[in-house]
Amino acid sequence: MYRHRPGSTIRTQLRPRTLVKRALPWVVPILLLVGWQWASSAGILPSRFLPAPRAVLRSFFELSASGELWLHVRVSTMRALAGFAVGGGLGLLLGLFTGSLHWAETLLDTTIQMVRNIPPLALIPLVILWFGIDESAKLFLVALGVFFPVYVNTFHGIRSVDRGLLEMGRTYGLSGWPLYREIILPGALPSILVGVRFSLGLMWVILIVAETISARSGIGYMTMNAREFMQTDVMVVGILLYAILGKLADLLAKGLERYWLRWNPAYQAAR
Amino acid sequence: MTLPITCNSKEIVAEKKRCSRGVSVGIKSVSIAFGGRTVLENFDIEIAAGEFVAIVGRSGCGKSTLLRSVVGLETPQSGTIALGEVAGSKGKPDVRVMFQDSRLLPWRRILPNVMLGLEPALIPQARKVLAQVGLAERANDWPATLSGGQRQRVALARALVHDPNLLLLDEPLGSLDALTRIEMQQLIKDVWRSRGFTAMLVTHDVAEAVSLADRVILIEGGRVALDELVNIPRPRTRGSARFAALEERILGRVLQRRALVEEQWQTISGRTEGRW
Ligand SMILES: Nc1ncnc2c1ncn2[C@@H]1O[C@H](COP(=O)(O)OP(=O)(O)OP(=O)(O)O)[C@@H](O)[C@H]1O
Ligand SMILES: [Mg+2]
Repeated sequence: MYRHRPGSTIRTQLRPRTLVKRALPWVVPILLLVGWQWASSAGILPSRFLPAPRAVLRSFFELSASGELWLHVRVSTMRALAGFAVGGGLGLLLGLFTGSLHWAETLLDTTIQMVRNIPPLALIPLVILWFGIDESAKLFLVALGVFFPVYVNTFHGIRSVDRGLLEMGRTYGLSGWPLYREIILPGALPSILVGVRFSLGLMWVILIVAETISARSGIGYMTMNAREFMQTDVMVVGILLYAILGKLADLLAKGLERYWLRWNPAYQAAR
Repeated sequence: MTLPITCNSKEIVAEKKRCSRGVSVGIKSVSIAFGGRTVLENFDIEIAAGEFVAIVGRSGCGKSTLLRSVVGLETPQSGTIALGEVAGSKGKPDVRVMFQDSRLLPWRRILPNVMLGLEPALIPQARKVLAQVGLAERANDWPATLSGGQRQRVALARALVHDPNLLLLDEPLGSLDALTRIEMQQLIKDVWRSRGFTAMLVTHDVAEAVSLADRVILIEGGRVALDELVNIPRPRTRGSARFAALEERILGRVLQRRALVEEQWQTISGRTEGRW
């Protein structure tokens, strides 16, 4: 009996269309995968060049069954998170500091902007010299790389807080921490989150390079080790793992945005 | 009460109780200019404690600037602005502003916006005022989901829930329909009467000014062009002859300058017909 209500008719009309819309983005990846598998089975794509998707899958299950995979994933994730926490935390603190206090900006900002121009990866030779191929070397590189996007966006976010809202807050008796909590921080948050999202991407890039160059564990190590034994399937597993972890980090950042910026229609619409 | 309620004359003694919360405002030969363009020039007004003053004038004549300078958001190039003492208290007078744009915090829901700067214990009070502006059921919504007029009413609620000594309202009812407008005017009137703060209301609606205020001040050319005591007993009825006469007089004064300019233009251009 509900079927005759106009609302439900519209819904039944829409449903197949939304299904097609959902499925459409996956058509090309699936075709690529099928083509890849076919080319490998037909011998067009030699396995020492690129393994068949099925071989990659098999190798994934073997590695995860033996626990080796999870060990490397855990090591890499810990490195990434530790570096992010240190670099991002410092970037946030310093950004808040220079953004809020004019004398702090005068004192520090020029220096930070100068150091910002050095790509963190250019420091690798020095870093190896300083820290060897220790954990601290990777931590340092990730933290350094992550620091600047968070710092710059925090600084900018604080500076671009709506002046009208600041005026309003002051005339309503807010100052000090309450003013910060009610107006400055929430006003800077969209910009800060842009920095966080950007630096989460950067975090993996830097870690990949650092682990590939020097490490005794982690996904990068696993991949480079596999290269010596020509285990192309393990190499592809490692590469895909990076992709998945990167995607997860991005989803996390998006989730944070959607939760913290839920007051903002721009983020509600971006579903 | 049959006497006109004004607190700037001898009635102040009789009205002392009601006026006790308000502070006086003394603006003496204040000049404010932006980049060489003078907005207020040797501007003087005295506002008694508890008085309700309406400020009218053409767009851009400096009404908002005047209010902003009273709260210290603009610094006059010369002159002084002094707030009186709060009766029975040594502290600085509490001033609240309702800005021309609503300035709600987009990241706070409606009720917390109204509660800004208040103790959590005053939640019932905030809910009550929110209900008075007709938005009780929107307490948990985000400001972005409200219409312009609704946001303005939230800002009004936020200003009214406080217990200030001086309340500045900058076109608080600018984007409301006629009916809601009259309701909100009544609300402002009631709150003012029960709390007895000093009020400065900027409006471009002369009828609104006459119906609410003890005094109507017209700003023109950076000065007070008209300072008219509203000697109509409250409650005031818009239809009454005295009301209409006063409204007419103020409107006439507002338009006079325009008429003068047009007349001059007529003589300069030598055109006697084709008035616009
Ligand atoms: N921060 C500023 N910088 C430069 N000029 C300003 C500034 N604030 C105001 N003015 C100028 O001062 C004049 C008076 O502005 P104000 O906002 O006080 O007008 P108003 O009487 O409130 O007008 P409206 O009725 O349109 O709100 C305008 O010409 C405006 O351009
Ligand atoms: Mg204005």
